[in-house]
Amino acid sequence: MNFPLSQFIAVSASNPWTYLVFGLIGFAFGFTLEMSGFGDSRKLAAQFYFKELTVLKVMFTAIVTTMVLLLGAVGLGILNFNQVWVNPTYLWSGIVGGLIMGIGFIIGGFCPTTSLASASTGKIDGMFFMLGGFFGAALFAETEPLFTHWYNNAGYYGRVTLDQVFHLPVGVVVLLVVLMALFMFWGAEQLERIFGKKDLSKEPKLRIAGAGMLLALALAVVFIGSPSLEERYQKLTFTRTETIPQLEGQPPIVNTYTYTADEMLANRLVFVSPAEAFKAKYNQAMNPVYLDVRSEADYNLYHIEGAVNVPFERIGEVVPVLLTEPPANTVFILMSNDESAAVQAWKVLVASSVPNVYILEGGVNNWIAFFGKEDETLKDVRPAPNPGPDHLAYLFPAALGNRYESCDPSPIKYEELEFEAKIQLQLKRDKSGGGCG
Amino acid sequence: MTTAPATKRNIFKRPEKPYVHPYLGGVILGIVLFLSFFLTGNGLGSSGATSRIDALIADAISPSHVDNNPYLLKLAGGDKNPLDDWIVPVFFGALLGGFASGWLNGRLKITTTKGPHISDRTRWLMAFLGGVLFLYGARMARGCTSGQALSGGATLAAGSWAIMFAIFGGAYGLAYFVRKLWN
Repeated sequence: MNFPLSQFIAVSASNPWTYLVFGLIGFAFGFTLEMSGFGDSRKLAAQFYFKELTVLKVMFTAIVTTMVLLLGAVGLGILNFNQVWVNPTYLWSGIVGGLIMGIGFIIGGFCPTTSLASASTGKIDGMFFMLGGFFGAALFAETEPLFTHWYNNAGYYGRVTLDQVFHLPVGVVVLLVVLMALFMFWGAEQLERIFGKKDLSKEPKLRIAGAGMLLALALAVVFIGSPSLEERYQKLTFTRTETIPQLEGQPPIVNTYTYTADEMLANRLVFVSPAEAFKAKYNQAMNPVYLDVRSEADYNLYHIEGAVNVPFERIGEVVPVLLTEPPANTVFILMSNDESAAVQAWKVLVASSVPNVYILEGGVNNWIAFFGKEDETLKDVRPAPNPGPDHLAYLFPAALGNRYESCDPSPIKYEELEFEAKIQLQLKRDKSGGGCG
Repeated sequence: MTTAPATKRNIFKRPEKPYVHPYLGGVILGIVLFLSFFLTGNGLGSSGATSRIDALIADAISPSHVDNNPYLLKLAGGDKNPLDDWIVPVFFGALLGGFASGWLNGRLKITTTKGPHISDRTRWLMAFLGGVLFLYGARMARGCTSGQALSGGATLAAGSWAIMFAIFGGAYGLAYFVRKLWN
């Protein structure tokens, strides 16, 4: 079984259990916050006068606990990290918003979720904070159009994690965060002793054992590491549906099949014909992105209109962008001169959980063979004598890129095209489905 | 930590129990957050629900206003139901969970938690203002202490760590100037 469970990724009326699951998660969340004392604004505010650092202790214990369990599960290959919501980085709106939140915190004495725990246990100040919150969020919705460009673009880096920022293995970052948290806990206790006049000898000794266990878990995460692309590729499954039309008046039969990644390739279910790849551009339901994985030199000789050149060696670099940027109905169509490099690129992308990835059948050579038959502008282009595997099968006298007619075939001329449709959109995750969205 | 004055009403008259140790509370919260990620791929949050409830109200009062505001449009435009998001059941679940813990531990009281030198009214005004500011900032940062600092921190999201330090920076930076509120 693969986690997270696909049926619980978003709430939906078609599966009412999702409401219960998220409701229970919320229940446990509120319960824990109240239990830790976060319904009392004095306990929260005391954090900022160094008297009682409960906020920091609870928050960082929770962060490191989740982190070691989460990345441990990822390392063991039980949990697919690419299906876990990681807040995309909008650096500047994040920092300015964070500073405003800090001001709201010290004036109001709560943060949004703790105000829920407070209001629901009868604290009037918690209720006022919640009420203010509704005004604040409405005020933001009303003022957002004034700075929408800055809000949506300033310091946007997509889905980036600390290990990518510092070029360190994930396990090492986990270990460093745990060490930092333990140091902060030690410092927090010292501050409580000095400013809060707290007697540390009364603190449970068990916390030292807990710190030791945390450190051991972090070391285990370092040791386990992350599953390789190859391991993730082997565990992939694809669901395909086949609709068989019946006689008039009868509903069509829909069969569902499950394939492994290698079976998808062997059954040629991910290879789209040039006709389908071309027609996708004029299909309102999808947003095709043509990824040309050939060398820049080949790309400059001839490429399909709108194709983006990502040489195969650099395909890994664009994965974070492919995972977060485009809308959910994006279909990626990979192409090389024939198929071999595109197949390799397909393996990398699907193993990285990029949805809706297909391969142009026969590659660019096949595209030219199909659309170039009636292309007058290609008259100086000769077939190459011995093209070799995954090489251009044509000799181009000049690097004209997408200036040939067949690079952007006329939708009127090719309005009627027969093809077997291979593309089946998988709408895996709504972009707004995660985070506090 | 503190027991309320005897004049305050303790609903259900259950004996008040002390709060759990912060590290234990943190470990339990961490396991809850991990299970949330493990089962659903989503973390915890609440401020998004506030926006969505706002959008619902705005959509009920003036649908044309919603359709002319790009931010609200994304939440409630056309036939979209702004409450159709995982964060909404989490929000109401958290209200219920807080209530349940308060009830079981004898902490259900109509009271105001405040510093010793300010009146209830001042505290209410400040709580309201704090709520306005906090949620304004939370929407700007695309998440609050739960959605960004906690959930984003645990998944090592780079932006979330910047936001976490900004929250603590903002609060510590202003703490000295508003010390009369709390001390």
